[in-house]
Amino acid sequence: MSVIQARSLVKSYGDLNAVDGIDFDVAAGESFGLLGPNGAGKSTTMRMIGGTSLRTSGTLSVLGMDPETHGPEVRANLGVIPQQDNLDTELRVRDNLITYGRYFGLPRSYLQRRADDLLEFAQLTDKAGEKVDNLSGGMKRRLTIARGLINEPRILLLDEPTTGLDPQARHILWDRLFRLKEEGVTLVVTTHFMDEAEQLCDRLVVMDRGRIVAEGSPAQLIRQYCTREVLEVRFGSERNAAVVQQLGDVAERLEVLPDRILLYTDDGEAALERVTSLGLQPLTSLVRRSSLEDVFLRLTGRSLID
Amino acid sequence: MATGVATDSNRLAYTGGVLAPAAQARTARRWGWLLYAEYRLTSMRAYLQTIVIRSIGLPLLYLASMGLGLGALVDSGAGGVDGVSYLVFVAPGLLVSSIVMEATGEFTYPVMSGFKWQKHFFAAAASPVRPGQIAVGEVVAVGLRFLIETVVFWLALLLFGAVTAATSWLVILIAPLAALAFGAPLLAFAATQTDEGAQFAFIQRFVVMPMFLFAGTFFPLGAMPWYLQWIGWISPMWHGTQLARVVCFGMPNPVWLSVLHLVVLLVTAVAGTWFAVRIFTRRLTR
Repeated sequence: MSVIQARSLVKSYGDLNAVDGIDFDVAAGESFGLLGPNGAGKSTTMRMIGGTSLRTSGTLSVLGMDPETHGPEVRANLGVIPQQDNLDTELRVRDNLITYGRYFGLPRSYLQRRADDLLEFAQLTDKAGEKVDNLSGGMKRRLTIARGLINEPRILLLDEPTTGLDPQARHILWDRLFRLKEEGVTLVVTTHFMDEAEQLCDRLVVMDRGRIVAEGSPAQLIRQYCTREVLEVRFGSERNAAVVQQLGDVAERLEVLPDRILLYTDDGEAALERVTSLGLQPLTSLVRRSSLEDVFLRLTGRSLID
Repeated sequence: MATGVATDSNRLAYTGGVLAPAAQARTARRWGWLLYAEYRLTSMRAYLQTIVIRSIGLPLLYLASMGLGLGALVDSGAGGVDGVSYLVFVAPGLLVSSIVMEATGEFTYPVMSGFKWQKHFFAAAASPVRPGQIAVGEVVAVGLRFLIETVVFWLALLLFGAVTAATSWLVILIAPLAALAFGAPLLAFAATQTDEGAQFAFIQRFVVMPMFLFAGTFFPLGAMPWYLQWIGWISPMWHGTQLARVVCFGMPNPVWLSVLHLVVLLVTAVAGTWFAVRIFTRRLTR
């Protein structure tokens, strides 16, 4: 059963189609990703789901309701984690949760208990009385997620949940989100990090310039659009372009980036041997498994992070 | 890593103890403006000290300097104004104008912050509260703040013997109304602004200060040349001050004119709020 259903969804700003006719379904309990670079239309799609951005055309149904006409009813079921934290920096950590919960008409007696549970979940119990300004970036992010859970939402919308966080903070956050997924919360995640998409998403759509260019599980997408392995070689920025012609037959497909050449092949080590047997000596070489980054490169000819 | 993991007996996502979503939505549809106002009043706690000091300090300062200092001079020279001592004449004007001027603080930078810096309007709009209710909640919360400050000011006037009529308590409603008649349109204007520039400082210098100086606070409008009197007629501050004088010391005023003052204030406050609702809705659903 799908909890979100979009058909021919369009959002235009003047001449620009930020979202340009997309279709997707999100199933209950699923962890669904919108992967794409900045400006692909991911955040706009998220805001349309919450009814905080009005669509230009198409249909959208969230739990069987139109978020434009049933905004309060839809949003009572949502937890929204915006791209930028919009916590109240003048209130204490715990008060941020309680005051936000009042927007849902929830009684204070419930909110006080709930706030304590959520602070524990977000590993912020000992920060309950701190001012928000004194929290680290990762702590603020966890507090924003805790705030989004105040109404026990069925669907959590996470817009770039870990952008700007250091690796350790990201892993703590992924762990918390995974925990929610295990409890059956439907997660909708936008990201431009392929490792995040691989970590969190059961299924995802790849977006580019307002359109969906591919859809599937991370493993499916890699199988469909990529070889099993990638050989990365660097010859120095001057020589990269010059050696490309010689590499033509070494791999199934080549991508030339400014600083390196990617050779797509099912056996990276064998490809590297063929490269050296041609008499070419790369400055560095690396064999790795294909990732969603490669899928994106294949689909759009561009990197995810400019 | 600290262990904050919910166990199966302590599920986090659905505890079952929460109000049903449909009930949350019903409450928000009806009371969203009040729920937002509650938040806004809570957030004022952060600068509660400033509010208290201003609301007690301002009247004392004004009464001491204008009422007693300037008053002694006016009373000895002209024998008071409108048949009452200068203190009694100026007190309602001081009350109304200080409350109106507080509106400049609440309806400019905090509004830009809500849309741009802290983005608390966007936070609220992601809840069941609707954008228009956020605008109304702003007006209600700030209006309530004005009401409390007015009560404090009025009590100070009573203490100084600066109000003489039994109807003077009505000023508790008049001053906040005048402040919203200026503040609600200002809220609507501030909500249209996307970048911080000189616009708010401009309003302070070229709208609020002239209004304070020329809209009948310190002397009757009729004492100015006719070509400056329009400043009073377009100022919520003047309409509020005139009404306040009628209730505070029984200033002679035709009934139709008093009614007109009241209508101007009500229409301006309501129209400003209406525009603010529209602008908030457009900007928060873009």
